[in-house]
Amino acid sequence: MITLNYYLWVSGILFALGIAGVVLRRNALVIFMALEMNLNAANLALVAFAKYNKLAGAQVFVFFVIAIAAAEVAVGLAIIVAFFRRKQTVSVDQVSSLRL
Amino acid sequence: MNLLAIMISGFGLMNDRPVCAVWVLLFSPLVATVLITLFAQRWKGLSASLSIAAVLLSFAISLGLFIALAFHGLQHLPHSFQWLVVGNVRIEFGMVTDPLAILMSLVVTGVGSAIHIYSLGYMKGDAGFSRYFACMSLFTFSMLGIVIASNFIQIFIFWELVGLSSYLLIGFWFEKPSAAEAGKKAFLVTRIGDFGMMLGILLLWSYTGTFNFRDLQARLPMMISHETLALPTLALIGALIFCGAVGKSAQVPLHVWLPDAMEGPTPVSALIHAATMVAAGVYMLCRVFFLIAPSAGALTLIAWIGGITALMAAIIAIAQNDIKRILAYSTLSQLGYMVMAVGLGGPTQAMFHLTMHAFFKALLFLAAGSVIIGLHHEQDIWKMGGLWKKMPITFWTFLIASLALAGVPPLSGFYSKDEILVLAFENNKCLFAMGVGAAVLTAFYIGREVFVVFCGKPRDQHAYEHAHESPLVMTLPLIFLAILSIIGGWGSRVPEFLSPSHLAEQHSPVLSAGLIAMPVVGFALAWILYWKPEPSDAPVKSALGTTYVWIQNKFYFDEVYLWIVKYVQGTIANVCEWFDRWILQRLGIGGLSQGTGLLGRTVRLLQTGSISGYAFFFGLGVTVIIYYVVVR
Repeated sequence: MITLNYYLWVSGILFALGIAGVVLRRNALVIFMALEMNLNAANLALVAFAKYNKLAGAQVFVFFVIAIAAAEVAVGLAIIVAFFRRKQTVSVDQVSSLRL
Repeated sequence: MNLLAIMISGFGLMNDRPVCAVWVLLFSPLVATVLITLFAQRWKGLSASLSIAAVLLSFAISLGLFIALAFHGLQHLPHSFQWLVVGNVRIEFGMVTDPLAILMSLVVTGVGSAIHIYSLGYMKGDAGFSRYFACMSLFTFSMLGIVIASNFIQIFIFWELVGLSSYLLIGFWFEKPSAAEAGKKAFLVTRIGDFGMMLGILLLWSYTGTFNFRDLQARLPMMISHETLALPTLALIGALIFCGAVGKSAQVPLHVWLPDAMEGPTPVSALIHAATMVAAGVYMLCRVFFLIAPSAGALTLIAWIGGITALMAAIIAIAQNDIKRILAYSTLSQLGYMVMAVGLGGPTQAMFHLTMHAFFKALLFLAAGSVIIGLHHEQDIWKMGGLWKKMPITFWTFLIASLALAGVPPLSGFYSKDEILVLAFENNKCLFAMGVGAAVLTAFYIGREVFVVFCGKPRDQHAYEHAHESPLVMTLPLIFLAILSIIGGWGSRVPEFLSPSHLAEQHSPVLSAGLIAMPVVGFALAWILYWKPEPSDAPVKSALGTTYVWIQNKFYFDEVYLWIVKYVQGTIANVCEWFDRWILQRLGIGGLSQGTGLLGRTVRLLQTGSISGYAFFFGLGVTVIIYYVVVR
């Protein structure tokens, strides 16, 4: 019998991996993918809750998350492209010109 | 003719609607001030007409009120409206129309009218002509406000307004540093007294809960008999309120501003610093006499301050050389008499002398102003002499006023001074002796001034040749006031008007003879010493020795005050400056700004510029928040 807990564990591990990716990697594109992983970890948890607790609202919430992720990709990729044009690199270590 | 029309309309208003008339009486000078300041500045003639019309209208209404009160038994016009309500403090704006107020407003507007008209001649051609009349009207308004005030707050507001207009007029020629200084001095010195007065008013209110004179008068006897208001407290209240009068009426030790106030134009000295404003203190004491009367301590204090002022100022006056300063010290001395009369329990006598003094002292100043104008702004009496031939009207009016001041029968000053001295004789022999001394000295110094200025040989030939009698616009007010100075005291009508039960004193013939002898002795002394072609102070100087130096330097009051200001106030200022600079600025403000800077620099170390770092702290923060929200 697969209980809710298994899903939540998978979701948690995915989220932790995503955080680790955001914190540890330098490449902006990879950080971006890690962020998407975070969102999908949340999605997984939401869907699991929807299945076990019979909550339609949670599934609706997932659609919102997907829509937001799409918008985020549009904006985020545009920023990365603009950044690459300026610095010829996508390493986030170079984004420190606001520092005193 | 226009002026006549104004006065007639004032009378008409008085008969139809007395309450309305009193408000017009109060506010017409204010309207004149506002109109002059806002619109008529440029047209000098119009400004003067507005101001004179306003004061004449007030005079007509005062006269109407006086007639109504004296002959038709006018009922009181208790009229007031709520002005401010703050919590349980109610402040009214009302009016009092008892004989005391009517008499005072008659003096203010009557003498004021004469002086306004005189000013037309005196201030002719002055650059600030319009400003002068605006200030004069403002003064008239403030003074009338004191006169008809029905409560302490109202009287205090107008009290300060009077101080302001006095400041503006003393410093009228503000481009002259001495005038600007004198204005400042007058304002600051009187403020010291006013502060005491304010404390007194608040203390009284904290016990009685009302500012209104009528309510106070009704409640006070009960409060005293029930001992809710102890007599020592009442004495303290009386003494504090008296402080206001000490400042305004220039009593010792706050008298130093009045002689300096002579820097203002002479009509101002006549109106404000001789006839009316300085009398405001005495008027206020008479108005609140019911407060002071129950406590013997306060009365004694007032009587002694008055007596000391009367004698001391008279002594100083014998050694002054400025034609106006002699009169200023004379004013101090006469105000001392009035205050002494209040302290001896005779507000009626005080008001009688106040009224008579207003006539003859205003006249003395105006005549002195006529001399000053005639000699092209010469004020040193030793540069005058022999002027009686050149300026006959000025001389005769000055002489009448001098005789009235000295108390020669049957002129006005004789009756009023006589009543005060009799009062002193019955109550306090020591004060009586001081009063008699001051009276002899009064005759002496005013005799000296008359002889030196108008008699003898001219000492400054050039000035003498150019001397001329003043125009009619100046001499007519002189004649008007001279008539009042002569007939003002006849039959003791004024005290009878104030309190119908007042009886002319019946006293022994010896005392009467003595009182008549005082001015004679003084004048005789002045005659012996100064009635000669070349008078000089030398005999007096040699007779008095070092005392004369003390007198000439006004007993060093100014020097002592300067010393106090320099050392005591200077030290306090230095300490405050040190505290401000080192404690407040360095530690307080400096410490705060530097602490903020340090905090900022420390926190900035967190901004590494590394995105992974930010993300890590962000994740950490979110985790902590979730932990607190979910788990706990």
